[in-house]
Amino acid sequence: MLRWTRFNIASVALGFAFLYLPIVLLVVFSFNESKLVTVWGGFSTKWYVSLLHNQALLDAAWVTIRVGLLSATAATVLGTLAAIALVRYTRFRGRMLFSGMVYAPLVMPEVITGLSLLLLFVAIGFDRGFWTITLAHTTLTMCFVAVVVQSRLLTFDRSIEEAAQDLGAPPVRTFFEVTLPIIAPAVLSGWILAFTLSLDDLVIASFTSGPGATTLPMKIYSQVRLGVTPEINAVCTILIAVVAIGVICASTITKRRELQRERDERAAANAP
Amino acid sequence: MGKLGSAFYNRLVIIIPYVWLLLFFMAPFFIVFRISLSTTAIAMPPYEPVFALADGWAEFWAKMRTFSFENYSYLFDDPLYLNAYISSVVIAGVSTFLTLLIAYPIAYGMAQAPRSIRPTLLMLVILPFWTSFLIRVYAWIAILKPEGLFNQLLLSVHAIDTPLIILNTNVAVYIGIVYSYLPFMVLPLYSSLEKMDGTLIEAAQDLGCTPITAFWRVTFPLSLPGVVAGCMLVFIPAVGEFVIPDLLGGSETLMIGKTLWNEFNSNRDWPVSSAVATILLLILVIPIVFFQNAQAKADEQGR
Repeated sequence: MLRWTRFNIASVALGFAFLYLPIVLLVVFSFNESKLVTVWGGFSTKWYVSLLHNQALLDAAWVTIRVGLLSATAATVLGTLAAIALVRYTRFRGRMLFSGMVYAPLVMPEVITGLSLLLLFVAIGFDRGFWTITLAHTTLTMCFVAVVVQSRLLTFDRSIEEAAQDLGAPPVRTFFEVTLPIIAPAVLSGWILAFTLSLDDLVIASFTSGPGATTLPMKIYSQVRLGVTPEINAVCTILIAVVAIGVICASTITKRRELQRERDERAAANAP
Repeated sequence: MGKLGSAFYNRLVIIIPYVWLLLFFMAPFFIVFRISLSTTAIAMPPYEPVFALADGWAEFWAKMRTFSFENYSYLFDDPLYLNAYISSVVIAGVSTFLTLLIAYPIAYGMAQAPRSIRPTLLMLVILPFWTSFLIRVYAWIAILKPEGLFNQLLLSVHAIDTPLIILNTNVAVYIGIVYSYLPFMVLPLYSSLEKMDGTLIEAAQDLGCTPITAFWRVTFPLSLPGVVAGCMLVFIPAVGEFVIPDLLGGSETLMIGKTLWNEFNSNRDWPVSSAVATILLLILVIPIVFFQNAQAKADEQGR
């Protein structure tokens, strides 16, 4: 029995208002003519234009995008492997430690992860910069990918794989031709999650970066410390728009594919 | 190749992520611990001793002997650090409780919503999680400033005569943590409430329970796994939070994440910041293990 009462509606509506109002205000004030972020002075897109002339910011954005693409791709491969290891192999030596290492980064305070990775890079004499940020982000985000893919694998019908293997497909081929297409939506959303987490990260990037590699969040942070300006609002709005469009596209695609797959499976089950 | 090949690939599936995590997640903690026993030096890296692969055994032992727990006794002698640890745990605990209070009605309302709109509601909760943490915290500065939007609103309806000072106080930190971590609380609560069998509530009410008793005796206990998971997801990262106390908090806000950051970036005292991190990790070990067990149990049930 479902009761979608007035109280329920009110709490959901208020909750969403709380979640979205600050973001909406930030977006609105990025179009403010006035230099003050809290007083409305008329509509203007001049802050977006001034962004295009801010070379330091554009450089930082380019570093961020490259780190994001590389680390998300590496994290997706590693995270998917970790998810398969966790779901398919219930018993192997050190499994406890392994699952611990997959889950702990999800809650580990970023200052600890950042500091410890920095000290590792210093200890092994790795020059800090673009690559160290990428490695750090790969390590953090692969765990998020693992959790997303794992939840998909748990509901996976293994008889399809068994059928493929019975028909003579070697394990690697079974994985690429049977398993991967089915879990692809989860892998894709894992990739997008990894990419946006990398795009957002300030603390770990600040610890692991070196001279010459400044990411967008680091740039935004150093400007925020000097004060709130509409230009920062404009950068933030662009970031929000990019992420929102990406996430909505991805979820629409995966939903469509999921429906298609269900239809196919039903058709296959009903076939004589 | 058959069996042999498949065994090899099976191994590889485990070995690759395992080695990666050992190298980039586990090993760094030992390095942090090792450096926390070193002494500060004016050099790069700014600590002593520095081990080198070329060191012989004798040299290695000589360096080992210089290790000391001095940094740790320094942490316990200076009340600044002790207070920062205590106040971090208190701030994180209070905000976790507040988040739970706010998130529960939202998750409950979502679980009661018509089935057709639930995926949309879920999407709307997840979406802010994908947008930058930094941006969401930044958004609150413009709202909470003395001349900010919240004060403008209150002044215009004559609820107050002078602007409230909220930014750069602990209140702003609470708002920031509750706001940033709300989706982490709503999601596990929703997933445990959604699975619940509605007929149980009906049965309780048929047997004479008032809606409130039915909630406390049936709904709430059944949602406990979600409550525990949500609280861990909020509490553990909140204890070490840096961005929120730094941008929204003031001089009264003492949090260990910020202390560690300052120790590292301003004072460049790597050994002391390593000791700060080690103790923070020790404080969080129990809740983290608790969280992992809950997570592992949830996986077992999902199987």
